[in-house]
Amino acid sequence: MNKFIETIIEKSIILIAFSTVAVLFLIAFFIFKEGIPFLAQYGLPGFLTGSTWLPGEDKFGILPMIIGSIYVTLGALIVGVPLGVGSAIFLVEFANKRIRNIIKPAIELLAGIPSVVYGFIGIMVLAPWVRINFGGSGLSILTASIVLGIMILPTIISITMDSLTALPSVYKEGSIALGATTWQTVIMVLLPGAKSGILAGIILGMGRAIGETMAVIMITGNAIRIPTSLYDSVRTMTSNIALEMGYALGIHRSALFANAVVLFGFIMILNTIAILIINKRSK
Amino acid sequence: MMKITSRNLNVFYEDFHALINVNLDIREHAITAFIGSSGCGKTTLLRCFNRMNDLIDGAKVHGEVRLDGKNIYPDGGDLLALRRKVGMVFQRPNPFPLSIFDNCIYGPRVHGTKERKKLEVISEHALSAVLLWEELKDRLDRPALELTGEQQQRLCIARLLAVNAEVLLMDEPCSTLDPIATQKIEELLVKLKKDYTIVIVTHNMQQAARISDSTGFFLMGEMVEFGTTKKLFRSPKHKRTQDYLEGRFG
Repeated sequence: MNKFIETIIEKSIILIAFSTVAVLFLIAFFIFKEGIPFLAQYGLPGFLTGSTWLPGEDKFGILPMIIGSIYVTLGALIVGVPLGVGSAIFLVEFANKRIRNIIKPAIELLAGIPSVVYGFIGIMVLAPWVRINFGGSGLSILTASIVLGIMILPTIISITMDSLTALPSVYKEGSIALGATTWQTVIMVLLPGAKSGILAGIILGMGRAIGETMAVIMITGNAIRIPTSLYDSVRTMTSNIALEMGYALGIHRSALFANAVVLFGFIMILNTIAILIINKRSK
Repeated sequence: MMKITSRNLNVFYEDFHALINVNLDIREHAITAFIGSSGCGKTTLLRCFNRMNDLIDGAKVHGEVRLDGKNIYPDGGDLLALRRKVGMVFQRPNPFPLSIFDNCIYGPRVHGTKERKKLEVISEHALSAVLLWEELKDRLDRPALELTGEQQQRLCIARLLAVNAEVLLMDEPCSTLDPIATQKIEELLVKLKKDYTIVIVTHNMQQAARISDSTGFFLMGEMVEFGTTKKLFRSPKHKRTQDYLEGRFG
């Protein structure tokens, strides 16, 4: 009897585990089913390199959105990587236990704040500041970069901390025993030793930044054009889908699905690179 | 000439009394060995000489250690200079995840030498002194982690020679090596002792007997007996030393 129950539990757990994978495949299947026929009809090159997006005139070029996503993501990395890696180094190598016990949970809390709240702070506080100090509308690449840079901090910090603490302690001891300071030890031994882990963390943070939608809609201004300065308004691929899906019909709707296919491709590539790097490290 | 002396040296880890009243004189240009079963305090003593115990939370050192007659535990002493003079080789070879060359000149580099030419000269000297130069001179830019265990341990010794260390502290440097590699490292130590003061902690009594000039026997935090290796192994003064040497415990 017990054995029977055991078998049932085992089977249902397997089912639950596989349902996650099934959901992933369903999402992918659904997006591709709607998007691929459009791409076949409209042509992938024209879709990727066209710079006009006028659904009313059947013009679907997502180049401005691709560039918008890339700029905002790069900006987020420029803000987030130095802050994140720096914080992780401080927490692992310099902070004492008490400080670590205060800061670590605070960073984890940062990951739990809903993105609409980040967007709200961005639009109410940061955008006016940018407008006054740098001109433009304030809803810009710069504003989005700062907000997204802060949003990806938890990812970068926790993965960098993990890869620093995973290094054998003999590296640190060997360096200290040669008369190096802690800072020299970090720069010359620990960072090179942990570089693949840190890189994986950065790429995962990048995936988060490129996929972020709500905060980005609120603070980038969403203008469809190729930006020429940091203070220009842009629209990202995610915002494009979220803003227009509500009222899109027919071929317009299919074009948004095709946009999702491109986004899916970007994120798959980033995650694959991260997984490859992590696997290479554990070998 | 005495290189290192300790007086009334006591070490505590939190409440654990790890080293009890150690009084010891270590001769210059000689090999001094510490033997004893694990947990007897010999590694703790070794780590007092370059103040590596400072890295351990809750470790407290009382008493006096003098290097060339100067107390190394004054308030605000120069730790970096001390560790340059007193180098340490660890149980498991621990080359950094860098190239062979970068490992070798790590010390000079952190102490401010920048010119490539100078660093190259230093690395050649250091690697020659540990008999690695001929083997490795054509692949100095390869990762050090590719080397064999014995080569890695030699490289770790070369790293100390590159900063002109005067004392080499060795914490069971051969415990992860095979017998042939062990013999080669031992030969190297004997060759190095004319220029350096070597202190070696070892599990292996035969190793102490083969290479050391003086030996200290430790038991549960106390130094039971210290004397020339010949005397200690042939006619130990204490019953406990004799019992250990004859393998009755440990």
